[in-house]
Amino acid sequence: MNRIQNKLLENKKLLSIYFTAGYPKLEDTVEILQQLENSGVDMVEIGMPFSDPLADGPTIQASSQLALKNGMTTDLLFRQLKGIRKKVSIPLIIMGYFNPVLQFGVENFCKKCAEVGIDGLILPDLPLAEYEEHYAGIFKKYNLINIFLITPQTSEERIRKIDTASEGFIYMVSSASVTGSSSGFGDEQESYFKRIEALQLKNPQIVGFGINNSKIFHQATKYAKGAIIGSAFIKVLSDEGKAGISSFIKSIR
Amino acid sequence: MNYNVNEKGYYGEFGGAYIPEMLYPNVEELRQNYLNIMAEESFQKKFHQLLKDYVGRPTPLYFAKRLSEKHNTKIYLKREDLCHTGAHKVNNSIGQILMAKRLGKTRIIAETGAGQHGVATATVCALMGLECIVFMGEIDIKRQAPNVARMKMLGATVVPATSGSKTLKDATNEAIRDWINNPLDTHYIIGSVVGPHPYPDMVARFQSVISEEIKTQLIEKEGREDPDYVVACVGGGSNAAGAFYHYLNQPDVGIIAVEAAGKGIDSGESAATSALGNVGIIHGSKTLLMQTDDGQITEPYSISAGLDYPGVGPMHANLYKSGRGEFISITDDEAMEAGMQLCKLEGIIPAIESSHALAIFENRKFKKDDLIVVNLSGRGDKDLDTYIKHFNL
Repeated sequence: MNRIQNKLLENKKLLSIYFTAGYPKLEDTVEILQQLENSGVDMVEIGMPFSDPLADGPTIQASSQLALKNGMTTDLLFRQLKGIRKKVSIPLIIMGYFNPVLQFGVENFCKKCAEVGIDGLILPDLPLAEYEEHYAGIFKKYNLINIFLITPQTSEERIRKIDTASEGFIYMVSSASVTGSSSGFGDEQESYFKRIEALQLKNPQIVGFGINNSKIFHQATKYAKGAIIGSAFIKVLSDEGKAGISSFIKSIR
Repeated sequence: MNYNVNEKGYYGEFGGAYIPEMLYPNVEELRQNYLNIMAEESFQKKFHQLLKDYVGRPTPLYFAKRLSEKHNTKIYLKREDLCHTGAHKVNNSIGQILMAKRLGKTRIIAETGAGQHGVATATVCALMGLECIVFMGEIDIKRQAPNVARMKMLGATVVPATSGSKTLKDATNEAIRDWINNPLDTHYIIGSVVGPHPYPDMVARFQSVISEEIKTQLIEKEGREDPDYVVACVGGGSNAAGAFYHYLNQPDVGIIAVEAAGKGIDSGESAATSALGNVGIIHGSKTLLMQTDDGQITEPYSISAGLDYPGVGPMHANLYKSGRGEFISITDDEAMEAGMQLCKLEGIIPAIESSHALAIFENRKFKKDDLIVVNLSGRGDKDLDTYIKHFNL
């Protein structure tokens, strides 16, 4: 069984954190991962920076740009992650855009992921149909779980299709927005979360986008299995550096 | 071989819709409806009526006698520069605004580089009374002040794109982000044959009026529908797609696509995507694009803001890869000289984009009785500053 699947069986609401690899400093990746685990985070999305992150708001755009300027590359990320499984045991997911993966070679990328101990991938601009037709076999060969997104606008028919194709969790985008642009959850989100819960999908859902404090985390996980914090965590890194990690994570729980 | 899009949205290996799930409902709605809507009689009637009465179509097909003599061949110019707003861009904006209305959308967004597509879209939004937001790179806003003023006069809101390199590709990213944030009431009028399927095909169909007219006009003038060659400049490639469209599957008609070499292909400052790019994903489309070994999209350069795009439409990527199209790249200096030559020989001041297409005659030799149609995609008023600086006028 994959580490993600095991984690999802635990009887608790999961806190997952996204950060951009190579930010704020090029060599921070491993230390941030260790601190996140030590602070009680359940799962991490390691962001691969991309020059044109079109689903991301200003915070992740800026962190990506700086990470690239610092010299982050796909190859360097794999070198940094070499040996990570001796230090960190929570599920690790790589999240990024499809073009850098395509340039690295999809099979080569998946092979490297397996070698360093990555458990899953989130590639928002790799569509379901393309994945199933060309890449599902490669992902399976390397025991990588592909995570798909749904949004408030996704039709039930398509949600069912995504549920069938998924083997871990479904990434539930909280509202019609890019990352980092929420001013709290209202009735709209509540009814969306309820609607999805009522579908009784085989895969649990983890909510992302717009979660920046404890209150919203608890709203999100009332109906869902867990929640992902990205932009708000990157802001902590920008303002306080790695020293701010532990107290921020504790403030969410 | 068929060079049109297939039912899955691909031209050979290029195309598709590599979009995040947030955009799926909008793009899917468009994909399911665009062909049916375009086939409706009432849609066609409105579209052609506006092209005729508002844009001023058909645009002339003009035999450039002195230019032909100079290059010892037979050159016709398709005068898209005479369209309302000064370029072919408006053909697509008219088509898409009708599409948006038919889909019940009330808010229009667009990206623009030099500002031509932004002006064309602001124009049709004024015409239809729809809200218009144009995203434009912060650097381009400074470079293209007159077009920014035009858009404002036409009632559009111009939003500076301050991310990334602050030019066309970033304006496109910002437009896509806006669409993600406003999925219900908004239609995104993409200005070129780029983006996720069905955009490249839809835009090519709206622009195909160019080659449709060339066919009719050549019969009148030459007693034949088909030239030996059609020539057009390619940035994203919408004017070229329109000029090539009805000749794509006629192998006896040569297709020549002209890209911007900038300061030279190997100078590090170029926009010649076919020469410098490789397969990747940009703005939702699998195509040729300029990028680093690590898959980061790089910033192109051309003296002409309209050719300053790191990718190329998937139709053109396939024309290149399959060998159906002949791709030529032209430097800044060559284009500027060709532009000036057209002024002197024919009394026409071309857009610098179109000047790239005109510049091929210096090096690419044709037979005396070859019949060549060059798509003169836009007029040069917007480029006066660049002409003034380049020639110390």
